[in-house]
Amino acid sequence: MLKVVEIKNLSVKYPDVKALDNVSFEVDEGDFLGIIGPNGAGKSTLFASMLNLHTDYEGTIKFFGQDIRKSKNYLKQIGYVPQKPIFEKNFPVTVKDVVRMGLQNESDADRIDEILQQLWIHELGNRRIGELSGGQQQRVFIAKALVHKPKLLILDEPVTGIDQQSIELFYSILRELNSKQNITIIWSSHDLDAVNQLANHVACLNRTLFFHGESEDFFSNDDLVKQYSEASMQEHMHHH
Amino acid sequence: MSFEILTYSFMHRALIAGIAIAILCSVVGLFLVLRRYSLFGDAIAHSSFGGVAVGLLAGIYPLWTAYVVSIVSALVITKVKDRFNISGDASIAVLLSSGIAVGLVIIGLSGGFTLDIFSFLFGSILLVSVDDVVLILALTGGILIVVLLLFRELLYSTFNEEQAKVSGIPVEKINYLVVFMAGLTVVTSIQLVGVLLISALFVIPNVSAIMYGKGFKQTALISIGFSIFSVVAGILVSYVFDITPAGTIVLISIGLLAGTMGIKSAGLLSKN
Repeated sequence: MLKVVEIKNLSVKYPDVKALDNVSFEVDEGDFLGIIGPNGAGKSTLFASMLNLHTDYEGTIKFFGQDIRKSKNYLKQIGYVPQKPIFEKNFPVTVKDVVRMGLQNESDADRIDEILQQLWIHELGNRRIGELSGGQQQRVFIAKALVHKPKLLILDEPVTGIDQQSIELFYSILRELNSKQNITIIWSSHDLDAVNQLANHVACLNRTLFFHGESEDFFSNDDLVKQYSEASMQEHMHHH
Repeated sequence: MSFEILTYSFMHRALIAGIAIAILCSVVGLFLVLRRYSLFGDAIAHSSFGGVAVGLLAGIYPLWTAYVVSIVSALVITKVKDRFNISGDASIAVLLSSGIAVGLVIIGLSGGFTLDIFSFLFGSILLVSVDDVVLILALTGGILIVVLLLFRELLYSTFNEEQAKVSGIPVEKINYLVVFMAGLTVVTSIQLVGVLLISALFVIPNVSAIMYGKGFKQTALISIGFSIFSVVAGILVSYVFDITPAGTIVLISIGLLAGTMGIKSAGLLSKN
């Protein structure tokens, strides 16, 4: 089976802290991997390294069998949804303009309407992105990440500050993308229940990798679950 | 107003050059405004003042030295800004003041201000030659072609640099390209409104257009429309009333901005 991601002995050191320590894991085609861990666990550093935003790391990262230090072509085969996309509120772009940015080939313009329909934001196509609610904006950014038909979708805790109804819809979209369209998903989340429902693999990260395996093995291990729900609780309280 | 002025060939040249510059400044300016680089045009223009002075002292056509000095200093300041982590507004201040300082010192060495310097400070659109018009049209065409070819890369890296990088866009190169195009545009446009008012052409039509709440291409078209109207009306009105074209052009575009704000506060435009 095709290895979508292979990470070996990944370490990232910042001047006063070790953000990632010897992290190794693999993701197979069709996997739905939930990455959990408290704030400061290194999830953002892990994603930044995987996405070529942070290049000062030790170890190797391979996508589709290729070392990302050697070729950046893999970026064209992935879609990325950031935690909270930052843009000027009055930036003069419509929803369609934003989704079109994700399109690598202008001749595939039909895909824009198709993906907007799939994510139920078709009627918003000509509205300015800044006019939309948080949940709608998030769907626009998922549409942008999917419009070029990526093989892998990477999502960084993308439910922060979004209403419950939008979150439910978002989860059902993820499930469909993974099960019906066979898109591999790597998703970092604080929501253990959601990870339990959606992901088939779990990775627990807190600077180093404490667990990586089948979702059932994680959720049947009470100690692990307790530890990570406490960690996220502490993070949650700290957050407020 | 008599239509006789439309028969003069210097007026034809001025209008053709003016319209080309209006389009160019709107398009390049929109990217600058959205990158929060509104004053960058101003800074390049000021550094071109130093370039003009170098040309006058060395006996070279001042526009050529202005191109070289402006573009080189704009690229250098962008590099320095990234390398030493200087904020955008501070780097603009450095570029702006160093250009003027170089210009002043060189002009002092060459024995004081001349008429040429004044035309660079305030523009001299009615004096453009056929050669100037050809150069302006060629540069406008060239820059517009580059913008169209790299439209997605330019827009995406302006919208969100990090996401553009993740999509495989060479954001750093695109940033230098924007600076390079801004340098070319500014020096080309100096003949229209001069060093002192150049950033008005970059910023005011775009700020007005953004208020209409439309998508990117429509916003660019509205901005181009405002810009052309300001330049054409400004040239004609200033000629008829014998006032400075540069000031008139800028005041008309400020009038359009004020009108847009009026329409917006009356609630006739969408919230954004």
